[in-house]
Amino acid sequence: MPETPLNAQIKSPSRQTLESAVVRFSGDSGDGMQITGGQFMLATAVAQNNLSTFPDYPSEIRAPIGTTFGVSAFQINFGSRVIKTAGDNFDVLVAMNPAALKVELAGLKIGGIILLDVGSFQERNIHRANYEIDPRTDGSLDAYRVIELDISKLTLDAVASLGLSKEKGLSKKEALRCKNFWALGFVYWMFDRLRTPTVDWLKTKFAKRPQIAAANIAALNAGHALAETMEISDGLSSFSVAKAPNIEPGLYRTITGAEAMAWGLAVGAKLADLRLVFCSYPITPASPVLHALSHMVEHDIVTFQAEDEIAAVCAAIGASYAGSLGVTSSSGPGIALKGEALGLAVSTEQPLVVINTQRAGPSTGLPTKTEQSDLLQALYGRNGEAPIVVIAARSPGDCFNVAIEASKIATKYMTPVMVLSDGYIGNASEPWLIPDIDQLEKFPINLHKEGEYFDSTVRDEVTLARPWAIPGTPNLEHHIGGLEKSYETGEISSDPQNHQKMTDLRAAKIDGVVRDIPDQHVESGADSGKLVIVGWGSTYGPISRAVNNLQEAGVDVSHVHVRHIWPLPQNLGDLLAGFDHILVPEMNCGQFVKVLRDQYLLDAKGLNKMTGQPFKIVELEDAIRAHLEAAK
Amino acid sequence: MSDIKLTAKDFVSDQEVRWCPGCGDYAILKAVQRTLADVEAKTENTVFVSGIGCAARFPYYMKTYGFHGIHGRAPSIATGIKLANPDLDVWVVSGDGDALSIGGNHFVHLVRRNVDVQFLLFNNEIYGLTKGQFSPTSRVGTRSPSTPHGSIENPLSAALVALGAGAHFVARGVDNAQKQLVATLTRAHAFKGTSFVEIFQNCIVFNDGIFTEFTAKDKVAVKQVYVEHGKPLLFGKDHALGLRIKPGTLSLEIVTLGEQGISADDILVHDETDRALAALLADMNGDKLPIAIGVLYCKPGHIFEVEIRKLVQRESSGTTSNLNDVLRAGHTWTVADT
Repeated sequence: MPETPLNAQIKSPSRQTLESAVVRFSGDSGDGMQITGGQFMLATAVAQNNLSTFPDYPSEIRAPIGTTFGVSAFQINFGSRVIKTAGDNFDVLVAMNPAALKVELAGLKIGGIILLDVGSFQERNIHRANYEIDPRTDGSLDAYRVIELDISKLTLDAVASLGLSKEKGLSKKEALRCKNFWALGFVYWMFDRLRTPTVDWLKTKFAKRPQIAAANIAALNAGHALAETMEISDGLSSFSVAKAPNIEPGLYRTITGAEAMAWGLAVGAKLADLRLVFCSYPITPASPVLHALSHMVEHDIVTFQAEDEIAAVCAAIGASYAGSLGVTSSSGPGIALKGEALGLAVSTEQPLVVINTQRAGPSTGLPTKTEQSDLLQALYGRNGEAPIVVIAARSPGDCFNVAIEASKIATKYMTPVMVLSDGYIGNASEPWLIPDIDQLEKFPINLHKEGEYFDSTVRDEVTLARPWAIPGTPNLEHHIGGLEKSYETGEISSDPQNHQKMTDLRAAKIDGVVRDIPDQHVESGADSGKLVIVGWGSTYGPISRAVNNLQEAGVDVSHVHVRHIWPLPQNLGDLLAGFDHILVPEMNCGQFVKVLRDQYLLDAKGLNKMTGQPFKIVELEDAIRAHLEAAK
Repeated sequence: MSDIKLTAKDFVSDQEVRWCPGCGDYAILKAVQRTLADVEAKTENTVFVSGIGCAARFPYYMKTYGFHGIHGRAPSIATGIKLANPDLDVWVVSGDGDALSIGGNHFVHLVRRNVDVQFLLFNNEIYGLTKGQFSPTSRVGTRSPSTPHGSIENPLSAALVALGAGAHFVARGVDNAQKQLVATLTRAHAFKGTSFVEIFQNCIVFNDGIFTEFTAKDKVAVKQVYVEHGKPLLFGKDHALGLRIKPGTLSLEIVTLGEQGISADDILVHDETDRALAALLADMNGDKLPIAIGVLYCKPGHIFEVEIRKLVQRESSGTTSNLNDVLRAGHTWTVADT
């Protein structure tokens, strides 16, 4: 077999140039599809393509082998143009078993390529995937270009050439487990990707078991080599995707939403000159934020895995009370449990950041699937009148900025701030221009050290925030709690007029945060016109691509994407009033549209999807066209 | 100001105390203020944290920092305070409903982690602030607004729950035994780790006299044994009674000195580091055997927030924290200016 050096890209004359492509790796939960996809992402980032990924995995850790509900997939969209989503339908499907083929085929473009491991197509596996007969024989794959290879056997052959055995530290089972890297090598050839970053990664990852690294590298190289052979002998399609132009220069890495959130919180605390105390209880899909921060103990970051969600938020409140930046993080079900304590933080006016990585509900719902259905919970999900600030992140990298902004508002206004992320942006990754944190604006906290702890004059005249006097400060001993407090003294008061005053004060304080919120801008399109698409959170990618596509086709449509859910930007009502029609796509039954209608008495319409999957660009385009058609 | 020795009065806040006249809480409040003066606590470094209930009003009456939280969650708030600042002197004040029912989970985990706080459980075997319902420590048959026919559930033993959760310090006191209570609270304050103190407290309105069978003046001697480390477990009038392991069993029995050849040497000597003995003592309920008061168990262990501080110091020693390095770790690439 011809062998190409690891670091060489072969400019085959037959390579077809693509502006962008979508590849989906799919297999059993134990087949390593997330690692495979992650490596392809790395190689693609190194090739300086724009990219976006979508890890799509089941909530079962290891579902029974070969079943459709155990299928785990990783999708990547990459190109030389601006990439805004993980892509609708895919060009290439790597299916490691019949179940993966069964689950994914509907998403493959007609004429798309399937790389199939036929080594897994035993009758037992075919039946486990709920196929009556072998799909390779009934014509159901006729519309696609199918590459049938016994990847399992080819992997074993490739690894066998190393002369390793169980005695020499590599069992047959372990050798077979390298088949994902064989498939990756094959796809690397197809898309002209460098193997070097993956080889380096394997060597580091398996530094203590070099035979495992060697076996995987052998599989990777063998897959690559066979593809090269097949291009010549079998006319295998190969592609090249050029570097994306107009990428802002600088140092890049790939980042997931969870990593960006964790780092944003760490940086936010540093800019505030406070210790970060992060209190959380394990829950899908929020736990990666806890994991990331737990690795940062050397930066004086304290992580606390509490006994439950309520303990987590209460510990965060206690930490803020004692002068740290208290943060708690969860997903919808956990946020529901924290509700009473959030009211306590409102009543005691504690700075507190609450991260909600939303997932599909109600109840346990679909833990690994995405949704935006906690918006009303964020705004109104507490007893009593308990307003808080709510901010939504739009992309993985944006979680970094949002986390810093939440830290700033929470400490400046002495209030809880809820950050809405979701399972999609939490897990998805994208290239990220690494900021220099020394260039970021600091917002050091001035703790209240002298004078009275409380009389009505100590409250900040502008922000209406109470002073932050922490235990350990002499002469400022005071009482604080969930009972209503006197506006004048801060001690308990059940005076009727005082309760009215304090209720008004709490609302006015949060409303006043608007002065730290930039005016709403139009993402793309005119400032007024026929139709505006209003989005928030993770729908940013598909909405902006769909709107751009329609604008290029001459459709009069604009895109407004709202980050500050509460308080809303000052000019938002007037801005939206400048459009004849307002359409609000959301992965819920119409929560933000309800708020807009309530706040501005505007005839905004909802476009709603509840499948646990992000919007596809084409869905949005079709819906927008239909909306315009109906409005005629 | 730290040079001036504070008195109990210096820990009294300007807030009017609003417990029912005759409530056992008054005596406990006084004992705590006395203790703080005795141990020369500083008002600015002392924090009282509470949940909900009659006992939870406690922080308002202390001239220290005070956080009145939500029902059952005081242990979690206290844990957060210690994570932020381990140097603060934190007291948690709770009741039987707050600590053992709605907050049972947090109580168990606070004790398990051995967070360095004093945890005072005012046990009156009833819900007071919600007007008299039975609580998790109420005895079977307790008639209350929610159990007009008498309660069915078995009560739990707070001290045994604490021991089961891995408590390193378990003590008991009685509201009307001021001197003993101050001594026990002083021990609790000195202990590093969670010091759990169950205080039998009389609710004069909803459960009056529930403890008189061992707290009444004429019952104290025969129905209470005040345990002290290294001293024999003697009680009764003139210390004529004692406890020993009943031969051939793993249970305690009462013996009378001078009868049937029993001498002082036969009496069990209290060893507060013996967890099995602590469990036997905690299990005595005043029925056949007397109620054990004092420090039942005391054996230091590693402290949660101290270990976290050590971890941070170990991992950060010799390095300067630079988050820019974190953001740049792993695979990066440069896009050149074109």
